[in-house]
Amino acid sequence: MIDKIFYALSIATILCACMVVISKHPIRSILFLVATFFLISAHYVLLNAQFLALVNIVVYAGAIMVLFLFVVMFLNLNKEVEPYKGFLPWLAALVGGGSFFLIVISALQKSNLLQNENANHSIGLVENLGNVLYKEYLLPMEISSVLFLIAMAGVVLLSRKEKIVNE
Amino acid sequence: MESTAPEIFSAIPLTHYILLSAALFVVGLIGVMTRKSIIIVFMCIEIMLNAANLMLTSTSAYYGNPGGQIMVFFTMAVAAAEVAVGLAIIVMVYKNLKSTNIDVFNKLKG
Repeated sequence: MIDKIFYALSIATILCACMVVISKHPIRSILFLVATFFLISAHYVLLNAQFLALVNIVVYAGAIMVLFLFVVMFLNLNKEVEPYKGFLPWLAALVGGGSFFLIVISALQKSNLLQNENANHSIGLVENLGNVLYKEYLLPMEISSVLFLIAMAGVVLLSRKEKIVNE
Repeated sequence: MESTAPEIFSAIPLTHYILLSAALFVVGLIGVMTRKSIIIVFMCIEIMLNAANLMLTSTSAYYGNPGGQIMVFFTMAVAAAEVAVGLAIIVMVYKNLKSTNIDVFNKLKG
């Protein structure tokens, strides 16, 4: 039963990701990207990582996708059609990506992944992960808030730059 | 804490999750190499980031080590900051050059 769910989810995830790449319409790409993120969240739920599933939905499907949609509508890109450059770039990208995938498969065949039989499978719950986050990783957590402050200041600086140049 | 989830660890080998992440990463890579619109390229970078996140989460869940999931949490924080700054740069370039084609972005170099 659960393996069928896994394979259905995996195929849907890869199909949605492919649709992001091949659809001409930017808005459609964004909506397929949202679908991809929701399917990846479903994978996290399958893996018993509820905290990451929630954070993935809130951060990616909530915040990042709203930013993307806002920028696409702000720049009025929903009618733009990319110039068709022939199939040669697609062929080159398919060969490059496919050979990367082959490298991963051959590396996997050489490696022996040890299965940890008595692993603790409830580490992804909010309570356990929160304990680890606030006990062992407190300093990186505080530093990441500084990172957000810097990003905010950087965005404000980037959007104000033109006025300074024009004066 | 017995839920339905832990049976996946015996039903699906870890290799399948690694292959799924690699496939997602390759899809994102193909998108980065072929598309010309900078917004789509940015979205494909997000797919690649998510593939890496999925791989870290699955390995950490299979081995019962919370370090991987903490790493994914920080990756998401960095990705949120990165998207904000990147989209601000895209909007600025669009204001100045009236295009989101990736070829005009070579104007960014000093």
